[in-house]
Amino acid sequence: MDTSLFIRQSEYEWRIDPTGKMRVPAIIYASEALLREMDHKVYEQITNVATLPGIEKAAYAMPDAHWGYGFPIGGVAAFDADRGGVISAGGVGFDISCGVRNLLTGLTVADIIPVQKKLADALYDKIPAGVGSTGYLSLNSTEMDAMLSGGARWAVERGYGTTEDLEHTEEHGCMAGAQPAQVSDHAKKRQRDEMGTLGSGNHYLEIQRVAEIFDENTANAFGVHMDNIVVSIHCGSRGLGHQIGTEFLRTMAIAAAEYGIDLPDRELACAPIHSSLGQDYLGAMRAAINCALANRQIITHLVRQVFAALFPQAELKLLYDVSHNTCKVEEHIINGAPKRLYIHRKGATRAFGPGHPDIPQAFRAIGQPVLIGGTMGTSSYILVGTSEGMARSFGSACHGAGRSMSRHQATRQWWGHTLVDELAHQGILIRSPSLRGIAEEAPGAYKDVSAVVDAADQGKLARKVAKLVPLICIKG
Amino acid sequence: MQTTINRWEHFPHQADIGVRGIGGSKEKAFEQAALALTAVITDPQLISPEIAVTISCQAPDGELLFVDWLNALIYEISTRKMLFSRFEVIIKNSHIDAMAWGEKIQVSKHKPAVEVKGATYTDLHVRQEENGTWIAQCVVDV
Repeated sequence: MDTSLFIRQSEYEWRIDPTGKMRVPAIIYASEALLREMDHKVYEQITNVATLPGIEKAAYAMPDAHWGYGFPIGGVAAFDADRGGVISAGGVGFDISCGVRNLLTGLTVADIIPVQKKLADALYDKIPAGVGSTGYLSLNSTEMDAMLSGGARWAVERGYGTTEDLEHTEEHGCMAGAQPAQVSDHAKKRQRDEMGTLGSGNHYLEIQRVAEIFDENTANAFGVHMDNIVVSIHCGSRGLGHQIGTEFLRTMAIAAAEYGIDLPDRELACAPIHSSLGQDYLGAMRAAINCALANRQIITHLVRQVFAALFPQAELKLLYDVSHNTCKVEEHIINGAPKRLYIHRKGATRAFGPGHPDIPQAFRAIGQPVLIGGTMGTSSYILVGTSEGMARSFGSACHGAGRSMSRHQATRQWWGHTLVDELAHQGILIRSPSLRGIAEEAPGAYKDVSAVVDAADQGKLARKVAKLVPLICIKG
Repeated sequence: MQTTINRWEHFPHQADIGVRGIGGSKEKAFEQAALALTAVITDPQLISPEIAVTISCQAPDGELLFVDWLNALIYEISTRKMLFSRFEVIIKNSHIDAMAWGEKIQVSKHKPAVEVKGATYTDLHVRQEENGTWIAQCVVDV
């Protein structure tokens, strides 16, 4: 992207002042190199977001921003319901509440290496992944509604985890205000057999090694130690979220004119928060958040079963569970006074700073663990939310590397077989039903996650705590 | 008017992939785009068209109808755990009556690369070129 389009506020903050129909400025947090690499579509999309009714302060893009649907992926925007603010199905995306959770195993690299292959095979065998896979349970309509209302709490009540897990999950494992009645029969049918499945695409389950510690005190407080083994689970609300996204995007795109909303792009489909359509979507979207939380909770249970067979002494504790594609009601300080706002994060991680009441007691004085997923051959990171981030981006940070290359280009450049061999040579075992899927997800098709995380750190959105590198990657 | 060869292709999107159907009629373009959708997941030639499924949808305009058609297919793929390789589309007054033929997903046979989450309004076009050829396309989220 042409950097002359921006006013450089600081080394990592680039501003576009309002022009045309923009109601607020647009701000991108990135290094100069990352900004130059960004597609011009990010500029178009973030300035479009800035035109939406009731938007507060600015439309933000995180360092991993790339071309999305309506909102850029890596987009953050806050809306005031009482100033005509909107809720956007496009601003949340198809994979509602897609997120990452990390489990601390207490094991070390030395424990894993002798059984690395056996562990990879056992995980691949146990965790349903990929197109057409089904989970171990099938939900009838009563159980479906209970799951959509209860989230991870529903899963724990049925034996898939512990109450400590809930304490270490955003929303304590259960998103309030979910309305299963607003979730269509189609969406429920798509989900019936998909609970506890990983999905495909960029979703994965990884066994990772703590390779570097940047902030010893915070790492200790999180229980993250050098050379320890961490399990990372990246997936979302599966077919249910996709169907809700599809249906509400359509309804909102058609209804926008009735609400007097001028959409610069149909994908920005939205409705006033104070409207029946806005409220219906909120109820359905929150149910999808619960679906994602329950899904990751069930997968956690399956991972624990695999570990129990190989390492009976290991206790897999949940560090934290973060969601990427959400709209949540939060209180933020605007012009010195607290205000309730609807925060859209599309491919962005909530990153609350120290003292926030929504952070688990154990981390409250420190800040929220911010879990950043990498690609199968590179690193993932643990960051921590900061007070500065609360003011800069409504307490939000990046969510991953972000693609730099299309799937098509990736398959032209890499062969699945070669990649699997190369990664095995580096000590990373890949398990996946599809070699083409592996090629499409080649590490080289993504931006440099380290540069993205450095920009989030230097731009003071969140602070680096630890770097994790994969030993095993299960891809859908 | 020259004769159009019905065909499909993919076009790039940074995070996802675009599907494009090209045909001598709008119906053929929709059928070819459905093949392009299948090809995101696997090689359509690997799918035996053994089981027939009927699909209907309706929309206020041709572009929304196209997205609805692909989303209806995605729904059938997801809930029936099937893949489709042959399509027959009839369009009347923004209403589709279609048949899709395929088989149950077999991982060992089809080696599906990726699941399609939904069809989007990005780069969405349904139009007839000056030479009479119909093009129907959009980006799908994977």
